[in-house]
Amino acid sequence: MIYDIDFETMPREALEAIQLRRLQSTLENVYAKVPFYQKKFKEAGLVPGDIRSLKDLSLLPFTTKQDLRDNYPYGMFAVPMESVVRIHASSGTTGSPTVVGYTRRDIDTWSNLMARALSAGGATRGDIIHNAYGYGLFTGGLGVHYGAEKLGASVIPVSGGNTKRQIVIMKDFGPTILTATPSYTLHLAEVAKEMGFSLADLNFKFGIFGAEPWSENMRKELEETLGIDAVDIYGLSEVMGPGVAIECHEAKNGLHIFEDHFIPEIIDPITEEILPYGETGELVFTSITKEAFPIIRYRTRDITSLHPEPCICGRTHIRMKRVSGRTDDMLIIRGVNVFPSQIESVLMKSSDTTPHYQLVVDRENNLDTLTVKVEVSETLFADEIRMLQNTEKKISKDIKEYLGVSAKVMLVEPKSIARSEGKAVRVIDNRKR
Amino acid sequence: MRVEQISIFLENTGGRIAEVTTILSAASVNIRALSLADTTDFGVLRLIVDDNETAEKVLKENGFSVGKTSVAAVAVEDKPGGLNRILILLAKADINVEYMYALQQNGDHAVMIFRFDNIDDAVKLLDSEGIRVYKASEVASL
Repeated sequence: MIYDIDFETMPREALEAIQLRRLQSTLENVYAKVPFYQKKFKEAGLVPGDIRSLKDLSLLPFTTKQDLRDNYPYGMFAVPMESVVRIHASSGTTGSPTVVGYTRRDIDTWSNLMARALSAGGATRGDIIHNAYGYGLFTGGLGVHYGAEKLGASVIPVSGGNTKRQIVIMKDFGPTILTATPSYTLHLAEVAKEMGFSLADLNFKFGIFGAEPWSENMRKELEETLGIDAVDIYGLSEVMGPGVAIECHEAKNGLHIFEDHFIPEIIDPITEEILPYGETGELVFTSITKEAFPIIRYRTRDITSLHPEPCICGRTHIRMKRVSGRTDDMLIIRGVNVFPSQIESVLMKSSDTTPHYQLVVDRENNLDTLTVKVEVSETLFADEIRMLQNTEKKISKDIKEYLGVSAKVMLVEPKSIARSEGKAVRVIDNRKR
Repeated sequence: MRVEQISIFLENTGGRIAEVTTILSAASVNIRALSLADTTDFGVLRLIVDDNETAEKVLKENGFSVGKTSVAAVAVEDKPGGLNRILILLAKADINVEYMYALQQNGDHAVMIFRFDNIDDAVKLLDSEGIRVYKASEVASL
């Protein structure tokens, strides 16, 4: 079901007219209320009136995570605290946290967008939503909660953790929709199995998963384990929270960005040049309806691409591919941008499961070399040397073909790649030494 | 007429084969025959053992990728031309030998392990030429 049919299926031309009007008023507002933006615009020799078309957006300076940290905690707010009704913050694992605020109208907008997102993911008024996203400073739990109430569904605010109790609730309360991170969901399924039953035997119909990157293989696993359709949801607190973009359950092929509230761009993370539709790069967002925490050309560091083709669900909003990685992980090898996640997709083609791998970058005679170590799982193993060498050659050829970079592929023994806290160390860059 | 061989992926580093033999010895698995194929970076160790199930279990527990392959144990006359005769027969029938290695001596002939690209055709051909192919149970009691 499409929750907001007028806006979600709006013809492109009308949508762009709304975007421009909202963008211009957002720019006027931040220029007047946020010293950070006024300073940045002045440095670029711009005033808000210079932005006369959506194309002119590219003239504006970017905003980075560091800018938000520099203005910790409230420096980026565009309204006085009397108008702020809610505060959320990022975890701050890699530096000081970033703080975001919401006016009453912001909360209302967010609730509406989350109601749209839940509908796109298969939820209706009659559904019972088991919301296992964490409640608190993290936007996931409360974001889904307000959207579910707005939609009129029944929401179980179970939050994260206390796994066994969650499973009892799932069994007794009969929820039909699950909202959670994909990794926690697989954990829930395992614990349920230990408790002697399968989540697939419960009432679940749809799952709306996000807050961490996941893959097509994981979608299959989640759908089979729970007997559901699984869709991807995207959001980040700096832009709003969950509900910035959502996959429709009809197509399950890319996430519709709510373009009447956010303008997306894709840039080359190095040159900062805007990339055309279909090309992979860093996702940049400008909010055009937010009051307390408007954000202009925010560099998300998430890697994806944009696709304007019409969707079978009827929504006209552009789609982004599922996020495939972070710019922080990017390697530049002989001038070519390489993301570990791209290597991962190539490896997934050669094996049913994702093998553990490690990229080792060296510099020999002033030339960058890339070695891809791949652990030999049972599916990759063959008892003939020739076949193993063919596997190496095939992966190497695929990497060259898809990424345009030469790599030496080296098969290594299972569990030989060092893991830290259960996760494999993906990249060793010896050039930095 | 098939014998099960287990194989393991090994990196070409010092002491790895010793680790395998240590694991098998601790599990009281007897190695009947062994062959190693290698490149500069890695190798494949192929083993005929007296207890496949235990061998596979303990090797997997120790993190090895274990493969299983059907091979044939063939009697080869222990005289000049003994192996040659078999290989010519196979070549004429267009059957490829992927690899082979010796198992042991049994009376007046040697027993060799063959990996064919088409084991059924190969066994049928050898049978029709009066060349003995051992059953798995016979190999165990050799």
